[in-house]
Order: sequence, then C-alpha cells, then structure tokens
Amino acid sequence: MSERHLRVAKVSKHFGRQRALVDVSLEFAPGRVATIVGPNGAGKTTLLGILSTLVRPTKGELFLGDQPIGREARHTLGYVGHEPGVYPDLSARQNLRLFASLYGLPDAELRITQMLERVDLADVRGDLPARGYSRGMLQRLALARALLHEPEILLFDEPSSALDPAGVAWLVSELLRERDSGRLVILVTHDLEAAAQVAGHIVVIRRGRVALERSQPSGFTAAEVRALYEEALHDR
Amino acid sequence: MTGSFWRYTLLIAGKDLRIEGKSREVLYTMGFSAALVVLVFSFALSNATDPAQGPITAAGVLWAATLFTGTVALARVLDRERENEAIRALLLSPAPRAAIYLGKLIAVSLLMIAVEVVLAVIVGGLFSTGVFAHPVWLALVLLLGTLGFASTGVVFSAALLRSRSRDALLGALLFPIVIPVLLAASRATACMFDPLSPDLEPVAFWVRFLAATDVIYISLGLWVFEPVVSGE
Repeated sequence: MSERHLRVAKVSKHFGRQRALVDVSLEFAPGRVATIVGPNGAGKTTLLGILSTLVRPTKGELFLGDQPIGREARHTLGYVGHEPGVYPDLSARQNLRLFASLYGLPDAELRITQMLERVDLADVRGDLPARGYSRGMLQRLALARALLHEPEILLFDEPSSALDPAGVAWLVSELLRERDSGRLVILVTHDLEAAAQVAGHIVVIRRGRVALERSQPSGFTAAEVRALYEEALHDR
Repeated sequence: MTGSFWRYTLLIAGKDLRIEGKSREVLYTMGFSAALVVLVFSFALSNATDPAQGPITAAGVLWAATLFTGTVALARVLDRERENEAIRALLLSPAPRAAIYLGKLIAVSLLMIAVEVVLAVIVGGLFSTGVFAHPVWLALVLLLGTLGFASTGVVFSAALLRSRSRDALLGALLFPIVIPVLLAASRATACMFDPLSPDLEPVAFWVRFLAATDVIYISLGLWVFEPVVSGE
C-alpha cells in the first residue's frame, strides 16, 4: 500500500452566506484510522464530501502526497456511506461487475469472487437482487464495492447507523483490517464508542472549524475519546 | 470524446436497460399510461365526423401520450439512482458526468421509442390513419422528438433527485421547456399522416428544426448536468 499522506490545506466551503467549513487544515496518514466527530451541522459531512471529491471547496486544496488531487483521483478512493450505494434490482455479483467495469479492472471476475468471499456473500443465491438483502448484507456489499478497485483511501460516513451490534462488531474488525493493511481510513461518526475502538487520530469539528485534533498511534480508550469530545465542545 | 468516454456511456445505458429488462416496471407503466391516454382521446373524439381532422388528432394524441409516458420513464429511471444512494457510488466512479448524462439519455430514449412504436400502431388503428405511410420520416420525427424531450428531462429529473415533490415538479418544470419540441414533432407528424396533402416539404422543415433544437438541448444538458448532480 502507498505511503502517501492525504493533506487538507486551508479548505473552506461556503453555501451562499452559510460557511460550512472555515480554513480547515489536516493531515491524514496511511495505516491509521482517522475519526472525524462533531455535533450535527458541524461540517463533518461537508468535509467528507470534499475528501471524496464530490463537493468542490470554495477555497483551499487537497493533496495526496505532493500531488493536488481532484476528480482524476477517484480511482484512489473507496466510499461507504450509511446507504449502501448499490442498485437494489441487481444481484451482488451484478453490482460488483458494473463497478468493476466502471473502474476498468482487469481479472474482474476473480476479484469479484474474492470480494464476495471476503464479505461472506459468496453463498447467497446468485440471482437474488440486493432488494432482498438484510441491512447487514447490504452494508457488506457496500464494503465489497468500495474495496473492489483496491483504493488507497477509504472513506466511511456513519457506516454503522442501522446496523445491529453484530454488524457493528464486524464493521470494526474490517476497519482494523484495512488499517493494518496500510490503507488510509477516514471515518465520520456520531458513535464515540465505535470511534474509540478504531481511532488512532481524532478530529473534532465544531461550527465548520477544527476544534481539536489528537493523534495517538496506540489508540484511544472510550473515556479518552469522550473527554476529548467534551473538551473540544466546551473549551472555546 | 474518447473511446473510454463512449465505453462509460454504453455501460450506464446498458445498466439501466438491464435493470429494466429484469423488472419491466417502467415499460409496463408506460404502456398502461399510453393505452389509457389513447383510449380516452379515442372515446372523447369518436363523434368527430370531419375526416380531415383525423391525422391532426392522431398526431396530437400520439405526442400527448408520449409526453405522459416519457415523464414516467424519466422519473423512474432516475429514481433508481436515488434508492440506496446508488447515484453517489456512480458519481464517485471514474465515469465522466457527461457520459452518465448521455447513458441516461440513451436508456430513456430507447424505452420511450419502444413504447412510441406500439403507440403509433394503436393510434393508427383507432383513428384510421395511415401512420406508417412514410416510415423513414416517422422514425426520424419520433427519434428527434424523443431526444429533444429526454435530453431536457434527464437534467430536470437529476436536479429533482432529492426533492420530495419531484413527481409533481418534474412535469411543471419540464413541459414549458419542451414546448418547441412538442410543437415541431406534432406538426411534422400531422403533415406526415395527412393523406390529402402528401407534401413532405413541411415535414423536412420540422425535422431540421427538431435536429437543431436537439443539438442545443443536448449541448446544454452536457454542460449543466455536472453542477446539477453535484448539487452546486
């Protein structure tokens, strides 16, 4: 996996007169899960939108290593949101086949089989449309879609919402597995407990600004994450 | 536009048509709406005795039904992108926005044309009009009229993707914009259907008008689709 860092340089985003993000500067390292937390409306989703290249910043730039990144970097990104981002009328394999074609993957069928086995969907009836899947199965398919093209950066937006405890545990283990493989993982969440299980880098966003940022390769305890969150929200 | 651009375009169109091939949901809904519109007009106008009005009425009914069924196709094909937020995964892929737009345009147009051919047969039967007297001209008018309607419709459907009242708004926003296309297509069709004046010169004029309108609408669609789907 690449050693390139993702750098957010003085990024601002305005929607009309509303300032969603103001002069945000951050650096994310590979092999570590960065968790972005903050209250509703703080600007977390806007920041993730900019990181995913779907939202254009009003000011500032993103860099992957030394290279400024834009839309051409989409093949380096994988995204899992709270919605699975798959077509409900297609089966798991058909969905993955479509995205493999969009990413121009060689040996697509082999890669699809590997991904289906990895997310435990290989034994599902082949022609069953995703519409018939449980919430957990859909989220597993979403992860397979996001990992299919082996992205350098994985973005997660509230991926555990609507998952049962077993689903959350599975997701945490997958996040850690991706971290250990050297991928750069960024997680936006409200769930401080889940954040504590995976984060080596915590960013608290408040009113569009970085209120607090801490990095600790050994990780954080749930109490530490809660304390940092409280400190960020009440300190300024 | 490179080969990979067209590969993306065909992938998107193929995906939409494959999904429709599995569910047939859009085709059945379009077919049912079309049959309903044509039957209602046919009953309402059954006492009209002036045979000279037949071709004009048939052309009007054909395009009125196309308008309604086309709106159904547009709403549903784009709605499939909204379910499960599939549109986000598609936008995050390396596929250019313009290829996504053209892929959608091709898929919607093919669905509409499939229904229009059946519609033309029914209209011809119910209004005793020789709809296939000039098959090449009819094919041209149907193709260009459909492209003009769908090119604008895809943009508006995408713009309304996250709107709660998109079904109501789609028609209200789209119909005024496509009036030139509908007027030209229905005039050309009426001239073509008229057995008393088989002069195809007006048809050729309206076909040129439709072609020019399509070029403008498709160019605008390619230009505005990206900001529309990005929500910027």
